[in-house]
Amino acid sequence: MARVENKVVLISGGASGIGAATARRVIAEGGKAVLADRDAAKGEALAKELGKAVAFVPLDVTDEPAWQKAVTTTVETFGGLHGLLNAAGVGVRNSIEDCSLEEYRRVNDINSMGTFLGCKQAIPAMAKTIKEQGGGGSIVNISSVLGLRGASYAMAYCASKGAVRSLTKNVALHCAQMKYGIRCNSVHPGYIDTPMIAPRLSGTIDNMSGRQWLETLHPLGRLGQAEEVANMILFLLSDESGFSTGSEFVCDGGLTA
Amino acid sequence: MVGADMSELSGQVAIVTGGASGIGAATVALLAEAGATVVAADIQPAAKDAPGRFFNHDVAAEDSWKALLADVVARDGRLDILVNNAGITGGWGTVESTTVEQWRRIEAVDSEGVFLGCKYAIEGMKKTGPRKPAPKGSIVNVSSVAALIGSAGPTAYCAAKGAVRLLSKSVALYCAEKQYGIRCNSVHPGGVDTPIFNPLWQAVGRDKGKAMLGEHHPIGRIAEPQDLGELILWLASDRSSFVTGAEFVADGGLTSGLTRRGLFGTR
Ligand SMILES: NC(=O)c1ccc[n+]([C@@H]2O[C@H](COP(=O)([O-])OP(=O)(O)OC[C@H]3O[C@@H](n4cnc5c(N)ncnc54)[C@H](O)[C@@H]3O)[C@@H](O)[C@H]2O)c1
Ligand SMILES: NC(=O)c1ccc[n+]([C@@H]2O[C@H](COP(=O)([O-])OP(=O)(O)OC[C@H]3O[C@@H](n4cnc5c(N)ncnc54)[C@H](O)[C@@H]3O)[C@@H](O)[C@H]2O)c1
Repeated sequence: MARVENKVVLISGGASGIGAATARRVIAEGGKAVLADRDAAKGEALAKELGKAVAFVPLDVTDEPAWQKAVTTTVETFGGLHGLLNAAGVGVRNSIEDCSLEEYRRVNDINSMGTFLGCKQAIPAMAKTIKEQGGGGSIVNISSVLGLRGASYAMAYCASKGAVRSLTKNVALHCAQMKYGIRCNSVHPGYIDTPMIAPRLSGTIDNMSGRQWLETLHPLGRLGQAEEVANMILFLLSDESGFSTGSEFVCDGGLTA
Repeated sequence: MVGADMSELSGQVAIVTGGASGIGAATVALLAEAGATVVAADIQPAAKDAPGRFFNHDVAAEDSWKALLADVVARDGRLDILVNNAGITGGWGTVESTTVEQWRRIEAVDSEGVFLGCKYAIEGMKKTGPRKPAPKGSIVNVSSVAALIGSAGPTAYCAAKGAVRLLSKSVALYCAEKQYGIRCNSVHPGGVDTPIFNPLWQAVGRDKGKAMLGEHHPIGRIAEPQDLGELILWLASDRSSFVTGAEFVADGGLTSGLTRRGLFGTR
């Protein structure tokens, strides 16, 4: 099967977790992936492991010129850009009382402004690729269930993921209006077993291990796997989802149900 | 109205950011009419004859929040209500045209300003303690339909208002968990006749502009600032005592679905 045959996908946060799992799915389905991450050691190692269809570029998502460079490198390496996955993000616990302005800004800069800058810099290159080569373009922004529901213990994270949710609709409508052939959707995972939540798994809450506590939040009774989110993202990156834009795709084991 | 001493909000102290204009000014007037002591906190001066007390305040500056809370606690001894209403659209930047500088300015006022407001208001409300029976405090954050539908605003504004929508829920849940007796909700206006639309009024004339915007609202008009003030007053008062972490839309039907006129801003 080649559900994203010859599609080139730029993946921020591609060195780890959901981004890395998506890269694996993309190349398994005939596409090319560029891993863009601030963790160069991990990103380079993964790119090497995955072979010719994968490249790595260093990227801090809050740095606009670095995004420009990542997009240019992608186009130079693989001849175009069809898909963007904004997966870089930080999970931070804080409340309205203990979060400083610096911390609020840091979390929102990475999760929210980083997603904005990715869309901004990728759209022109994607529109050009689609115009010249045909096919459809797709941007997938990872929000969270905490972009749909609040959490007392993740104030700045909730704000940043709420921003991604609303931003995604704005981007979708802009691209539709401009007739770029680019769709844009948000993905809302529940708790997924990746390095991001590793610190939450140890320790005890309410006489349960951190892992058990998180598992019981999900009606399915377990954490999600990065591959399960990657499967949803692959569908959104592919032309199979050609009529979906500006929408919210939830992958949460029933958490928000 | 009942006599002033029997008014619903008498003895209560409220801060309304952006209280010098539009929705904020209407809210100041309604809260004052209901008997509250109201501080209109704004970077621009309030009208001379406006009700309430003016405080020169920049919501994006943390020091300004500290000064505001210190002043209110010193003068009035307490804080019951905060309306985080100050906001800017910052022009009509799209995802492609918005610069990092523009993004940061809009986030600073529309998102960080609300964050700081909640943080310092909670501190102030806690410090001054309950004079009235629970529930003790109410925070109302003015978001927008731009948090709900992407066609309703500039890119950075949509993001900031989306942040406010979720931040409000986190604050509500945190205060509930801590049993502070402080509620927090978000308000999502559609088009409202305020100076925020001055650029449009200047371009096409006020009457024509109002009619144009009104056509996109199923109800056939945009709101008057008082329409939003009434909703905010209800959320600020104990009449909404079981209401927290929720979204209140006042948009003349704008986000409720399709009409023959099409959706706001999409054509
Ligand atoms: N794991 C979960 O439970 C969960 C749940 C909901 C949403 N999410 C979201 O999914 C996305 C992916 O998370 P994950 O679980 O795969 O986490 P992860 O920690 O495994 O991967 C995140 C990657 O982003 C990179 N990154 C962080 N900041 C960056 C920056 N400024 N510039 C460039 N790269 C940066 C990290 O180096 C890392 O490789 C994030 O946006 C996260 O918020 C995760
Ligand atoms: N009018 C609408 O159609 C509409 C629709 C949806 C949401 N809103 C929101 O309603 C709120 C009020 O808007 P409005 O329509 O009454 O606009 P307005 O321009 O009439 O009033 C906004 C007020 O906020 C003040 N302000 C701006 N920046 C400030 C800062 N840094 N510190 C303190 N004060 C500041 C301004 O001086 C002004 O007095 C805003 O948050 C806006 O985004 C308005």
